[in-house]
Amino acid sequence: MIPELGQYALILTACLAVLLGTVPMVGATVGNALWCSYARPLAIAMFGFVLFSFLCLSWSFLQSDFSVVYVASNSNTALPWYYRLSAVWGGHEGSLLLWLLILTGWTVAVALKSGNLPEDIQARVLSVMGLITIGFTLFILLTSSPFERYLPRIPEQGADLNPLLQDIGLIMHPPMLYMGYVGFSVAFAFAIAALLSGRLDAAWARWSRPWTIIAWAFLTLGIALGSWWAYYELGWGGWWFWDPVENASLMPWLIGTALVHSLAVTEKRGVFKSWTVLLAIFAFSLSLLGTFLVRSGVLTSVHAFASDPDRGFFILALLAIAIGGSLLLYAIKASHVKSESSFALLSRESFMLINNVLLTVFCATVLLGTLYPLLVDALNLGKISVGPPYFNALFVPLGALLVLTLGIGVLLRWKQTSLQLLIKQLWLPGVLALLAGGVSLFLLPQWPGFWTSLGLVLAWWVVFTGARDLLNRMRNRSAGLAAIFAQSRAYYGMMLAHGGIAVLMVGIALVSTFSEHSDLRMEPGDRKQFNDYEFVFDGIRKVDGPNFHSDTGVIRVLYKGETYTEMYPEKRLYTARGNVMTEAAIDPGLFRDLYVALGESLGGDAWAVRVQYKPFVRWLWLGGLMMTVGGLLAATDPRYRKQARRDLAGA
Amino acid sequence: MNPKRKQRLLIVLFIVIGVGVAVGLTLFALNQNINLFYSPTQIAAGEAPEGTRIRAGGMVVDGSVQRSTESLAVSFDITDYEKTVRVEYTGILPDLFREGQGIVAQGELDSRGVLQAVEVLAKHDENYMPPEVADALEKAGKMPKPAGQEFNK
Repeated sequence: MIPELGQYALILTACLAVLLGTVPMVGATVGNALWCSYARPLAIAMFGFVLFSFLCLSWSFLQSDFSVVYVASNSNTALPWYYRLSAVWGGHEGSLLLWLLILTGWTVAVALKSGNLPEDIQARVLSVMGLITIGFTLFILLTSSPFERYLPRIPEQGADLNPLLQDIGLIMHPPMLYMGYVGFSVAFAFAIAALLSGRLDAAWARWSRPWTIIAWAFLTLGIALGSWWAYYELGWGGWWFWDPVENASLMPWLIGTALVHSLAVTEKRGVFKSWTVLLAIFAFSLSLLGTFLVRSGVLTSVHAFASDPDRGFFILALLAIAIGGSLLLYAIKASHVKSESSFALLSRESFMLINNVLLTVFCATVLLGTLYPLLVDALNLGKISVGPPYFNALFVPLGALLVLTLGIGVLLRWKQTSLQLLIKQLWLPGVLALLAGGVSLFLLPQWPGFWTSLGLVLAWWVVFTGARDLLNRMRNRSAGLAAIFAQSRAYYGMMLAHGGIAVLMVGIALVSTFSEHSDLRMEPGDRKQFNDYEFVFDGIRKVDGPNFHSDTGVIRVLYKGETYTEMYPEKRLYTARGNVMTEAAIDPGLFRDLYVALGESLGGDAWAVRVQYKPFVRWLWLGGLMMTVGGLLAATDPRYRKQARRDLAGA
Repeated sequence: MNPKRKQRLLIVLFIVIGVGVAVGLTLFALNQNINLFYSPTQIAAGEAPEGTRIRAGGMVVDGSVQRSTESLAVSFDITDYEKTVRVEYTGILPDLFREGQGIVAQGELDSRGVLQAVEVLAKHDENYMPPEVADALEKAGKMPKPAGQEFNK
């Protein structure tokens, strides 16, 4: 009964979404205030029904109701309750329901938080969200309902959740990632509403800015979590594989980053308006494309579920409608948009433009590398894959250029900056960055090569140009040192996020250069030396878990000859599906990780063992975390609320 | 030309050159890093180049896996049920590597026609088959029937 109620709630959601997608939209067009006012209650009701439906599915999981196909395929009575709950989004159908829940959640957040928007804008934004909801609700109802039943032959036991997904990383990674993906739908809805109403102005940028930044922050966190999860769970010790699905999440992130910056320019200076709208459309379209790539099974990837082509076609159609429709609207409306001011070549605006161009170019190359194999396959020219060296070859120089311009951009003024002033500002941070970079290089065990050295110098460059900017602000005020605490929250957010970039760069540069890695055949007593650490294999123990049997390796680690710690990498056999899983043992540290994973048994007492030494790997996720917190700080700046009130008073 | 136009022209030029360089670099990098996929039948027919990085995929032949007792070297056959190709690899195989499982190996063919793999991929869902392998099997007319829902037996 419960699953049927969930299904019924979804059908009602679809009906409400149709109402939300049409009535307020028409109301805003013909100027009927009553119809516009339907938007908020409809949005709230829609969220209520999706939440109810989601709870129904969760209930079925908690009760282990194996008459539901989706539950039977992804759960098991031996599974602890928290994994049973996270299994709700462990497969295709449920993760789409989560997607829908978050989409309607964003809609309701906009409805509740946008009380100070003009009525017609609010109605249009919510209406566009309603249109997107129609698409996804129909997708779930028509191709992938999680509530389908096995009748009359109900299985006695479920097939278990994929063991890779029985993990804290999976509990958090998809919801965060989806918050980001779907969050861009708000930026998209604002852009479409602005195009429809012809109100592309600073006020529009100010409304959509906090939403966009929050979505961007969540996407950053989601990607960082995914990378962290892949690192400790897949047993390879890699943190980024240029896997098509990783690319699918990276592309909206790149465009989203460009969008965040371009929105700032639009708000402050009233330029780049149509470009900003275009970015908002692309950010959301790339989120949809990401969904298509993951869900359609067209790509070979760790994330690909065994799936049926109907779903792919459905998303492709959705994608075509969303992109085609919005670009058509853009083509008709955007030509009327006029810039409100001009700027010189040497100004913050131009450097923001360079930032945008670099990010967009990088996104385009990633897109090319990801879709090229599909294209070649579709043309029957053979089956190919594009290797990580391609992406690295582009990512490294583009990233370096981006960070170089970042440092200059922060110190430039809006509209115009004289060259002398710029040089006066920049020479000291430049020299300091070179010096500090030189010292850092000196501390490293050996010369790491050009690009890594450049990466370190550039990380310091971000730090020192930021410090210079803060210093300028202190001098401009009589308060002096107190000025450090007197800046706006958005400013601290920006500094923190840029600092996150520096930390991330250090992480990438050092972990890619100084990681040591060795696959060994080890028998009890065998040793392996890495730097100051020595690993001694002491054999295997048998351990039983709630739903698995494990061979646990015992590895003693010596640091400079002294006993340092013991590590217990595992090889687990999950009994329900007969899956074998590697659980790596990690000794984490701020400056280095020790990473040990068991391979397979080689007969007798011998085992394949993978031993790794990973310097500065934590800095990758620390950088991501700093960007996330920076984004959230910036988005919650009280300025947005105050200014919105002023806009309303002025209107 | 007035200064404003000149400035715009400079910006446009900058963008065009930037995009041009980027496109050039991209295409160069793409060309260097494309790995073509070959099925065992194609490799047996001599279609695959020697000494170039390629991908090959098929089902691991039952009983063909041989391990060295000294190191991590391992060798096995992959097949599309028409022809088989020998693969040699040194390192740790993925968890889902099993006899009878579809895999994709990346590496170079040596003069004996053996694939010297540097990477072996098996996917994380046992019902899932790499699309290339599925396609190769279908072409050879040897696509196995879906395993069905095991838990429902």
